[in-house]
Parts: sequence; structure tokens; C-alpha cells
Amino acid sequence: MSLQPVTTVSGTAVPVPGADIDTDQIIPARFLKCVTFNDLAGKHFYDARFDTNRRPTAHPLDDPRFAGASIMITGANFGCGSSREHAPQAIHRSGFRALIGESFAEIFFGNAITLGMPCVTAARTDLETLAAFVSQNPGAEVRIDLQDMTATCAEIPVPIAMPDSARHALLSGRWDPIRELLENETAAARVAASLPYL
Amino acid sequence: MGKTLYEKVWDAHAVGRLADGRTQLFIGTHLIHEVTSPQAFGMIRDLGLKVKYPHRTFATVDHIVPTENQETPSDPLAAEMMEALRKNARDFGITYFDLASGKQGIVHVVGPEQGITQPGTTIACGDSHTATHGAFGAIAFGIGTTQVRDVLATQTLAMEKLKVRRINVNGRLGPGVYAKDVILHIIRLLGAKGGIGFAYEYGGSTFDAFSMEQRMTVCNMSIEGGARCGYVNPDETTYEFLKGRPHAPAPDRWEAAVARWNSFRSDPDARYDDVVDIDAAGIEPSVTWGISPDHGIGISEPIPDPDASADEAQRNDRRKALAYMQLEGGAPIKGVKIDVAFLGSCTNGRLSDFREAARYLKGHKVAPGVKAIAVPGSQITARLCEQEGLDAVFREAGFEWRGAGCSMCLAMNPDKLVGDQLCASSSNRNFKGRQGSPTGRTILMSPVMVCAAAVRGEVSDAREVFDGVPAEAPAA
Repeated sequence: MSLQPVTTVSGTAVPVPGADIDTDQIIPARFLKCVTFNDLAGKHFYDARFDTNRRPTAHPLDDPRFAGASIMITGANFGCGSSREHAPQAIHRSGFRALIGESFAEIFFGNAITLGMPCVTAARTDLETLAAFVSQNPGAEVRIDLQDMTATCAEIPVPIAMPDSARHALLSGRWDPIRELLENETAAARVAASLPYL
Repeated sequence: MGKTLYEKVWDAHAVGRLADGRTQLFIGTHLIHEVTSPQAFGMIRDLGLKVKYPHRTFATVDHIVPTENQETPSDPLAAEMMEALRKNARDFGITYFDLASGKQGIVHVVGPEQGITQPGTTIACGDSHTATHGAFGAIAFGIGTTQVRDVLATQTLAMEKLKVRRINVNGRLGPGVYAKDVILHIIRLLGAKGGIGFAYEYGGSTFDAFSMEQRMTVCNMSIEGGARCGYVNPDETTYEFLKGRPHAPAPDRWEAAVARWNSFRSDPDARYDDVVDIDAAGIEPSVTWGISPDHGIGISEPIPDPDASADEAQRNDRRKALAYMQLEGGAPIKGVKIDVAFLGSCTNGRLSDFREAARYLKGHKVAPGVKAIAVPGSQITARLCEQEGLDAVFREAGFEWRGAGCSMCLAMNPDKLVGDQLCASSSNRNFKGRQGSPTGRTILMSPVMVCAAAVRGEVSDAREVFDGVPAEAPAA
């Protein structure tokens, strides 16, 4: 399985503000009734985007000014709650290629990286400035660069962060680890042999 | 310098260092269920891989299974997912605790019940409440579906080592204060994101005195505090619980197993990245008022006033949370009308939960207009409850007594809130829409508090509703 290195993500962005946006908000449990992830596109944030009569709620994700956005700007503890990979899958399959926020819940973060979708963090003030600028200039391009760890919009770079291992995995095209895990079969068998409870 | 249990278990299971710097970690025990595994089996088939250690994966059906007419779900998608699990278990030679086995239940109830969950092991499951198993001194954590694939294909995962925060709770809990209140208090104190990057090691005299079920309740909700993994060092209470269970070590290997388990305990001079001390006496019966598990208060406290918050973002989030909950800052939480009472889940769906709840519920009636359901965590739990006549206590009080499963904790089966119903719930998440209605509302609390709310028809202090509600942990 050869993977593309992820070095930069460029595109327009949409702010989805708020702290503790949980996986039930990102993908309500009723959409988990599926044996593949294939039909999750467009189901992201469904109950925030539509009211109980299925009328659109004027959510930023459906604002025509942000149509085609591939970067989501969000708050703290994004993706908290369930381990459901359906959450990053739904976001990815709806056209997003990177998220920038104040912090990310760990399981969501790991699931997103395994899809090659970076989740980078930035200071709250920088995020507020970025979100305000993007709201005023929805067509503005945001460029997330994992080499120099900046997010640039309107030629103003702000520092971003992410754990080294995830960054290296993305930069080296190893974000899906399955091949490497399979290669180490012998070493894994040695550990297995040392564990009496198996 | 000594080591923590987390480091010792990690070292014993480390296969090697991957190119990106992560560790390849051997996963001794893998648990699967019907919702997050079918896609992983699809990937295995697409890649032409096989299940490497099939005897180390255990399956059960819990998330989507109905709690009435369990074998024949009315929802065709539910039937398809249950059938997919049956087929995958059969095709790949995986042990499957299905409905017919009499051992089915919530995966985090079944593992300990069968003695599969053991100290000094690594346990992964496509479910964020996997930290429950940490109660036995295991390193247990939730994983995504692509990682389920990794475990199936290699029995290993690419993992980043966590820091360890020691959380000491010392002293005696007050009357009517339970393990659920302890974890709600911890989450309130440290925040829903306070545990990001940490494993939580729980200890202190309160935990020493706790039963395994109480330890499981606390470890279960570690993820609600942001910690992917939470654990308690194993001790005699742990070993006593495990002895004689189907998958526990046989008598001739028992002594060696206990010696090995003891060796994993955190050393007295272990170094922690952070230490938090909590006085058990300061913990009240707790409830949530908002839409995040860290929106917790003691039952006698008023709902927080968002305007009193110094942080603007927090002010806005709290205002939105209160608007969603249809509650007012500054008002008491006691007396808020409820529509539904839910007793169950991997947090509080074990025998001791039903015993303790039934003890006080006996002789009381559910208030008119309140729908109350009791859902045992497993078929075995249900049978043990029924042998003690607990099901009759719940039925006589006006609860529906159901079959085992996750039920209204995440409402993937027919057990759902309707409209903006408010539920007094012994589960773990009060997220918007969590219990099956996009506008449904949840207040988290202990099982005895759920019964008190059911009886009064409003959020209540169990100590005022029931006579002689004692402390759950009399020792320490």
C-alpha cells in the first residue's frame, strides 16, 4: 500500500466554532447503521445542519459562501466522545482534507491521521483571527504547511502544532501503518510468546 | 526511580519502534461488537489479509441489539449488522458470545464477567468506553475501525505513549455518594479535555475500598474526562473477582498468575507526570446540567450562571448548553421535571447497580407519566438479578425490565427519547441528541439517583426520597 505524503493542505476554509464538539454531533448514532463507510458523505453534523423537520438551519457548513471548503476551523476538544471512525470518515468524505482547532480528542485525532487528514492546533487568538478573516473573506485560501508548521492566510502565517509522530507519518506517507505493522510479524510473535496469558 | 503500571504493561507489550516514532504495541485482548467491526472485516477481505490471532479476539452484540424481541430486530439494518458479525466471527474463527450463548451483553460487562479482562494485559476495542477494563490493572483503550483492522491483521497497533496522572481519592464517601459521583466529580474538576495526553491512574483509600464494579464505573468514564485510558492497580479485590471465571487462569496456574499480576503494580517510588488529590468527603451526589460530562454539580448546588464565568468562550458555550437543556442559570437543579428514567449501560448496568437501586426502590412507585426502563448489562447480569428477585422489584415499581444491551445510552436500537424529553440516566454521555432524539435531553446521575428521580418525577436528592441511603463504600 503506497500512500501519498501529506505535506501541505490548501483550500478555502469554514469556521465551525464551539468547544467540545462531540462525535454524536459530528455523526449522530443512527448513521452508524452501516457495514461500510461509503454512504457517510453529507451526513456530517446532520442534526446541527437540519432541524427535526429536515429544514436547513443556516449552519456555516451549508452557507453557499463556504461551499467547497476543504479546511475546518474549530475550537477546543473537537471530536470528544465516541471512538466511531464514522466521524472523521464523514468529514473526509464530505470534502475536508484538514482541520485546525484549539485541541482535538485523542481517538478522533488518531482516526483522522489514519485517513491522511491532518488535525493541527493553534492558539485560540490566532484561530479567532483566522475565523474572523475567513468569515469576511470566504474565498480566501488557507494553506496548512506541515513542513514549517504554519497556517497561512492572506500572507499572514500563524504557528501550528501537532505531535511529531503524526507529523512524520503524514510527511513520509506512512499515515496508514498497516504495511509496517505486517512487516514486523516476527517481532510481534516474539512478544506474543513472552505473554503467558495468551 | 520506579515505574507505573502503565509503563510496565507498555514495556511488556512493546514490539518495537516504528519509523514515525510511534511504538508498535502488542494487543493481548481484542473485543469487538457489531457497529465498529464490519467495516474492518471488509478492509481485511479487500486487502486479502487474515485474522492473525483469532483466539485473542472476542465478539458480542450490544450496540444495536433490541432489548425486546432480541433475536428478531424490526430494523433491517440492525438485522444486517448482527448477521455480519455472526458471519465474520464464523469465517475467521472468533469466539462469539451471541444471544443464544446466554453470555451476550455489553462488551465491557462481558469481558470482566468471563474473566477475559485480566491485570497486566493490553485490551483494545472499537469503543471509547474500553477503559472500563482498566479497573483490573489492564491498559485498555478505545480504537477506531481502521485500528480494529490493524489488530485483526497483526494483533498490534501503532501507539503513542501517554503521560500518567495519578488521581488520589482518600477518605470515606458520604451517605448516598457512589462511584458514579466520584467520576462525575473528577471530570468536573479536571474538565472534559483535562485528560488529553494522559492515562489516569486512580488510587487512594477510597479506591482501595471500592469493589471491582465500583472501580469499573470510574474507569469507564475516563474518556469523558479526555483520558483514553484509566486504571486501578490490581489487588486482592481484583483477584477475588477473577477467581473461577471461565477465562481466568486455572487453579494450577493461579499462584503464578497472581505473582505476575502483582509485579505490574505501580512501584511506590513511581514517577507521575501529574498528581491530583481529592477528599472523598467533599463529594456530593452529582448530576449534570448541560451537554458535556464536565457540566456537573452537586445535587444541592444551583445550576451555574453563565454570566458568572470570566471566560467569554465558556460563557457562550454555557449559555448554549442551558438553552438546549431548557434550564436557567442560578436555578436549582432539584425539581426539574423528567420524562424518562434509564437504568443501565456499561457505566452502571451491573449486578451491584441493580441491587443497590432495588434496595431503595422497593415499595415505591414510578411517578405517573414517567417512562422507566431497567436494562441489565448482560444476559448473566439479568439472570443473577432475576435469581434475587430484583426484576420483580423493578416491575412492581413500574420499570420495564428489558433484555441486555447498550439500549438508551446511545439509542441505536428502538430505545430512544422522543422530541425534547428529559431523561434521568445512569449512562455516561449527556451530549446533544445522544439518546436518540436530536432534541432529547440527558441528566447523568447514579442508579439510586435515577430511581429517586423516577419516583418523584423530577430530579431529586435520593437522600431525601429514600430512608437510610448509606455510603456505598463503608470502609476507609
